[in-house]
Amino acid sequence: MSPSRVVPLTFARGAIEKIAKSRSRRADVKSTRVLDVALFYSYFKTLVGKPVTVELKNDLAIAGTLVSVDQYLNIKLENTRVTDEARYPHMRSVRNCFIRGSVVRYVQLPEAAVDVDILHDATRREARGA
Amino acid sequence: MTDTWHLSAVASLVENLDKRLLVALRDGSNIIGTLRSFDQFANIVLESAVERIIVGKMFSDIPLGLYIVRGENVVLMGDVGANGDLDGTEGLIEVDNAEIIRAREADQTAEAMKGDILKRMDFLDE
Repeated sequence: MSPSRVVPLTFARGAIEKIAKSRSRRADVKSTRVLDVALFYSYFKTLVGKPVTVELKNDLAIAGTLVSVDQYLNIKLENTRVTDEARYPHMRSVRNCFIRGSVVRYVQLPEAAVDVDILHDATRREARGA
Repeated sequence: MTDTWHLSAVASLVENLDKRLLVALRDGSNIIGTLRSFDQFANIVLESAVERIIVGKMFSDIPLGLYIVRGENVVLMGDVGANGDLDGTEGLIEVDNAEIIRAREADQTAEAMKGDILKRMDFLDE
């Protein structure tokens, strides 16, 4: 993973603020849920290149490097490793994978990559704007 | 739309076209096939698909033919065979389809019995 793909958090702040502002101007967007999804989508985009662990609804947990995310929060991982390989023998040779957003239960993030204040600010701004 | 499509993870499945993929489904089955097409819902078309069943140290691939999988049933898709020549069956013994189905049934019966016995022993914990 080249370091250029890691988006610095200062960009994250700018991106989220910009999105929050442009969204709040749009009168046609009423539902806050839609806004929240977009917020998390842009937040996940800032985590590209970071190591994450994705736990699925079928209890399968996969650790890997985040490669890409889309608006459904589908996730692509590289260098994946299944936490409980003995229970999931099919996954032994899988090193890159695409995970459908709808089957994800948790995403565990590296603590250093999370700035709760940024999310907090962006959420409040959205709530005020909507 | 074209812009987001360009950026999306679904779009990046383009890289996996014509590759041999393992697709895990919501019912717990695992299908391996050549990815020929997909859309934004992760509906997919798999050519020469097989269902891979692994029981203990045994495995078998049951041929399925051409499969269209509805997106909502897809859990994940991963490259098999991207890892050099490894395809995930190393150290496993290939058996025929009938045998793996028997083995799986025996395994499931054993699991059910284990659960049943544990349930009956529940009163010991109280």
